[in-house]
Amino acid sequence: MNDLYLIWMNLFRKPLRTVLLIVSIFIAFLIFGLLVGVNVALNRATETGSASNRMVVANKINFTEPLPIAYLNRVSAIPGVVGATHQSWFGAFFRDSAQSRFVGFAVEPESYTAIFADQIKLGPGEREAFIRERTGVIVGRSLANQYGWQVGQTLPISSDIYFRPDGSRSWDMKVVGIFDGAKPTDPTNALYFNYDYLNETRPFGRDTVGTITVLTASPDINDQVAKAIDATFANSPFETSTVDEKTFSRAFLKQAGDLNFIITMVVAAAFAAILMIVGTTLVSAVRERTKEIGVMKTLGFPGHRVLRMVLGESLLLSGLGGLLGLGVAAVALNGLSRSPIGETFGALSMTAPVAAAGMGLALLLGLVTGLAPALSALRMNIIDALGRR
Amino acid sequence: MTDFIRLTDVCKSYTRGKESISIFDRLNLVIPKGDFVAIMGPSGSGKTTLLNLLGGTDRCDSGQISFDGERIEGYSEGQLTAWRARNVGFIFQFYNLMPILTAAQNVELPLLLTSLSAQRRKENVLTALKIVELADRARHKPKELSGGQQQRVAIARAIVSDPKLLLCDEPTGDLDRSTANDILSTLQLLNRELGKTIIMVTHDPEAARFATRTLHLDKGQFVEVTT
Repeated sequence: MNDLYLIWMNLFRKPLRTVLLIVSIFIAFLIFGLLVGVNVALNRATETGSASNRMVVANKINFTEPLPIAYLNRVSAIPGVVGATHQSWFGAFFRDSAQSRFVGFAVEPESYTAIFADQIKLGPGEREAFIRERTGVIVGRSLANQYGWQVGQTLPISSDIYFRPDGSRSWDMKVVGIFDGAKPTDPTNALYFNYDYLNETRPFGRDTVGTITVLTASPDINDQVAKAIDATFANSPFETSTVDEKTFSRAFLKQAGDLNFIITMVVAAAFAAILMIVGTTLVSAVRERTKEIGVMKTLGFPGHRVLRMVLGESLLLSGLGGLLGLGVAAVALNGLSRSPIGETFGALSMTAPVAAAGMGLALLLGLVTGLAPALSALRMNIIDALGRR
Repeated sequence: MTDFIRLTDVCKSYTRGKESISIFDRLNLVIPKGDFVAIMGPSGSGKTTLLNLLGGTDRCDSGQISFDGERIEGYSEGQLTAWRARNVGFIFQFYNLMPILTAAQNVELPLLLTSLSAQRRKENVLTALKIVELADRARHKPKELSGGQQQRVAIARAIVSDPKLLLCDEPTGDLDRSTANDILSTLQLLNRELGKTIIMVTHDPEAARFATRTLHLDKGQFVEVTT
């Protein structure tokens, strides 16, 4: 028998209560692990999918507002711009919009695959086929795997934004290539098809694009180029806002809300609740043992050793709950990363910094919840504890 | 027998609200080594307070308390704690065993404060349990033992670290006559065979008869000594 054994036995003297506390801590850390894991993956996705000399030109009002396609040539002519392309959000889905939505853009095949060559890795002859075929579509590996699509297959791809003159929302597209990302972990759950095919067949929004991507000669001149582009279109009906790709990706994510803030608030709320529950329970658990603590002190256990044991209990409790929560979150993130949802975020996993932060938080939780009962045990007077007056 | 415990002009009072209640006013006491003393007296006479002072779980306001020549009244909290662990074994009325631990583990508790090896601790625990004739109940939890058996475990816990002094607070107060006599016989054995100095607070004249002498305490002063 040693102190650790005593800590363990004291912790599990009421197994149901301890298990319920561990479950509540487990839930808090599961939420922490999942949310922070997803957030890290999202931030990583914006980092990895961005090139330092790629910039995005969008409508100044909002990136969901269109820009005239004529801007492409004018942007290309601005000094420092070495390449330009455009993309238009299609609102793509397959069969059932609620279940099968995915990323789909109408693009100019030649310039787009050139400018995004680092992210779109096609097989031999596939780029040429994409440029050549008006109804051609290139599909990301994970999206193709999800639906079992293969090169040569013709797919009815629908849009929740556009419709054809006959009222149909479906465009038949022929798969001419399946692309991979730069790294196996990069998200490839998107498809790209010929802008002309969409532009010719849609009854509204003709000759407009969503955003224009420009490639600058060097990241050092990004600011200068951005200012020049925005100045060119100042006071026009379609004013622009030009930012580097990373900034644009972050702004895109913020459209769904300030995820960092939301996650911080959700995690903080979960931990505040746990702090109250575990803290109060530990205080009453130590109060129930007043006499036993009095006996231990009478036998000669010094106050600091009793304090260490009570703190040990709270640390063990939160450590177990935290470890379980983070462990299950790691397994869940791993499972999610192989699901269609996970493909959206790229490589979902419990990173070492997140796991370390989680365990740090568990230790902090243990210290904070154990401090009050531990101090009360430290200060406990033997005579009062044993009622010997 | 030589002086073992000496209380000289000990004063002790408690504050209850704004009122100060004097328990002892210049109390003097000498207990020789190897004595078995019963302390009797009405409620509020100061029996438990005396036991608290002798065991170093409370402090006197003034006066001297010496134990085997060692003055303890000026000790810090930490020094008193260490002194208790080395020199005093406690036996309580309601046994005060840890319900989560087995009999052997309860007996082992005081040994966790020593530097003995696990094997040596195990041997000492077994010896203590054999003395109280409970070696066969070593793996039982307190709730699986009778009141008398629990008190025997408490006695084993009190003697396992071989203290010089045993302080017993109504050790048979919760037991029937027959079991009480068994417990008192065990204490008598510890006194006679192992030379333990025992101070026992009791309300029970039958229990007091097992001691070598009885001190009667009333209103903070010893009024009578029965041998």
